[in-house]
Amino acid sequence: MPQKNVLSLHVPEPEVRPGGTPDFSNVPIPKAGSVPRPEVDVDPRAIRDLAYSIIRVLNREGEAVGPWAGTLTDEELLEGLRHMMTLRSFDARMQTAQRQGKTSFYMQHMGEEAVSCAFRRALLPGDMNFPTYRQAGLLIAGGYPMVDMMNQIYSNERDPLKGRQLPVMYASKEHGFFSISGNLTTQYIQAVGWAMASAIRNDTKIAVGWVGDGATAESDFHAALVFASTYKAPVVLNIVNNQWAISTFQGIARGGSGTFAARGLGFGIPALRVDGNDYLAVHAVAKWAAERARRNLGPTLIEHVTYRVGAHSTSDDPSAYRPKEESAAWPLGDPVLRLKNHLIVRGLWSEERHKQTEAEILDTVIAAQKEAESHGTLHAGGKPSARDMFEGVYAEMPPHLRRQRQQAGV
Amino acid sequence: MPRKTMIEAIRDAMDVSMGKDDNVVVFGEDVGYFGGVFRCTQGLQQKYGVTRCFDAPISELGIVGAALGMAAYGLRPCVEVQFADYVYPAYDQIVSEAARIRYRSNGEFTCPMVIRMPTGGGIFGGQTHSQSPEALFTHVSGLKVVVPSNPHDAKGLLIASIEDPDPVIFLEPKRLYNGPFDGHHDRPVTPWSKHPLGEVPDGHYSTPLGKAEIRRQGADVTILAYGTMVYVAEAAAEETGIDAEIIDLRTLLPLDLDAIVASVRKTGRCVVVHEATLTSGFGAELAALVQQHCFYELEAPIARVTGWDTPYPHAQEWDYFPGPARVGQALRETMEA
Repeated sequence: MPQKNVLSLHVPEPEVRPGGTPDFSNVPIPKAGSVPRPEVDVDPRAIRDLAYSIIRVLNREGEAVGPWAGTLTDEELLEGLRHMMTLRSFDARMQTAQRQGKTSFYMQHMGEEAVSCAFRRALLPGDMNFPTYRQAGLLIAGGYPMVDMMNQIYSNERDPLKGRQLPVMYASKEHGFFSISGNLTTQYIQAVGWAMASAIRNDTKIAVGWVGDGATAESDFHAALVFASTYKAPVVLNIVNNQWAISTFQGIARGGSGTFAARGLGFGIPALRVDGNDYLAVHAVAKWAAERARRNLGPTLIEHVTYRVGAHSTSDDPSAYRPKEESAAWPLGDPVLRLKNHLIVRGLWSEERHKQTEAEILDTVIAAQKEAESHGTLHAGGKPSARDMFEGVYAEMPPHLRRQRQQAGV
Repeated sequence: MPRKTMIEAIRDAMDVSMGKDDNVVVFGEDVGYFGGVFRCTQGLQQKYGVTRCFDAPISELGIVGAALGMAAYGLRPCVEVQFADYVYPAYDQIVSEAARIRYRSNGEFTCPMVIRMPTGGGIFGGQTHSQSPEALFTHVSGLKVVVPSNPHDAKGLLIASIEDPDPVIFLEPKRLYNGPFDGHHDRPVTPWSKHPLGEVPDGHYSTPLGKAEIRRQGADVTILAYGTMVYVAEAAAEETGIDAEIIDLRTLLPLDLDAIVASVRKTGRCVVVHEATLTSGFGAELAALVQQHCFYELEAPIARVTGWDTPYPHAQEWDYFPGPARVGQALRETMEA
């Protein structure tokens, strides 16, 4: 009689849990400068190994090395540092504002500042991002008014979204920032559709999709890759792998089985992995992918390897599911510190100027916050009108909504 | 005036819209080269090219999600979901996204798009080729929901839907594609060429969304119907000899409440009919509205004749489909109440 094996279910677990010693020894980090830079019109089949490596420019000594270096001027690098510092300062103030009860909710970018800030620089006016809730760097680096971001977070009388949206769900057509939805990954396929539209109209604009590691498990991710590949859509599809989806480590979305980038390969999409904490590398890769799209060569998938240093949101406590010291052990370090060190090594920056700039930025953020708060916070001061609740459901208000507005007495 | 089937009228509506506006694009499964499994897009790819009318991968969420991105860019996509029964994978994109883009972005982004889908039973379509999911869309703020019942309206309403600035769910009763159907499955079907509503003007015209049409004037009872049930209601009125006023709602959201209320205030009685299942179906909303607005004029309880609360069966098609006998019975009971 043949022997029957008893089956067992495999449930992936992170290497360590709270109380354990952080261990990233299983995360291979290639040397900066070691990954070649192919031509943008390369046959995707020839660069399959790029989906399994990590493109890095800044080495341990803070030097920019290898074929992906040199895409930014000194001035642009200094500005990039300022953008990341601004986002971090903004985050800290808004996090505190939430704790003070001035808003209901906030989500930080701590540790991921380079991804959106550097990527933004590779885009042109008219290009459209389809961001998640953790890419506010696109707005900061794009010059969107910080006061308007705060007005949105406070749902006050100047909130550009009239108090209808949860904090951080910004929208700005002018700034190439599509309306953020609470529903994960929906925007990924929309980015592809937007890019298809640009191609249908023989336009020159490109679209950029954004998703986190956890949300790649949604079916929209799959649909986006199929459509992007089928129609060679001028779109850059970003995966921000920050290792965590709330409490769930990336292995539950089946990271570690290969790489998230490698999922593009099955669709014939060139896939690159980049050091998400390396401002220079993110920009170089973004520029490469954007150029591919602009030259009508089709989509590119990019996995940004980074780490979510902060809590998932103001409603989350990461110490319940991962070691407190884990972010300090993250081998790719801190994006702000790494760019700062690079600029110091280059003689373009100093500790003193850094401190001074930090203080200047804080002043700017506080001034913006004061202005925003003069227009109200969630529970105090100016509010959007209750009438606004009924507006904008349709282009024109249908009779049943007019009746309900009347009934509401507004 | 030329007579057309509903299929030809729908195709004509897309043809006219694509000719008028370069931003109108049409895509879906088998929609391009082949011209659609129901022939609704036949010849459009040939006429307008592959970038205006094309085949899509088998992914309803992909079709609707991509269309939404296109609409946000400024195109006016008119996409097809092969059967309404297969719209569910796209439900998140429709409910969470298309319906809310304008609202949540305060008008920064909008979604002028049409999602066409063949709906309804009476064709031995079984469980996944017969459903009437309109109530799943009428419950969603931000959508418009349209169900034509004849070629003339189908063309006018589809053109109006494509030109509408908001997302429209356009449900096409496939039982009516080739001719009206009154539920008498044992009798030969009359083609649209023999029916006055098969007369479809050439060129551009539009039938306003949100407006019902009285299909039969009557004094005794108001029947609220849409799609295939309009003809079933007509047959039931004919066979019972009850002088029913039949209102073809045409647009379920926004609803022409004024037309409904005016009729029920006149007749004092109301029968709601639809193919979809009873519980929490659109008929419940209609009955509640009639009760609220016509309470003092009502002389009988509002009746609902609908599909049973079961999945749509295959062999039991005519026991399930609310045919003229069941509607007639409800009319009699309502008159006697």
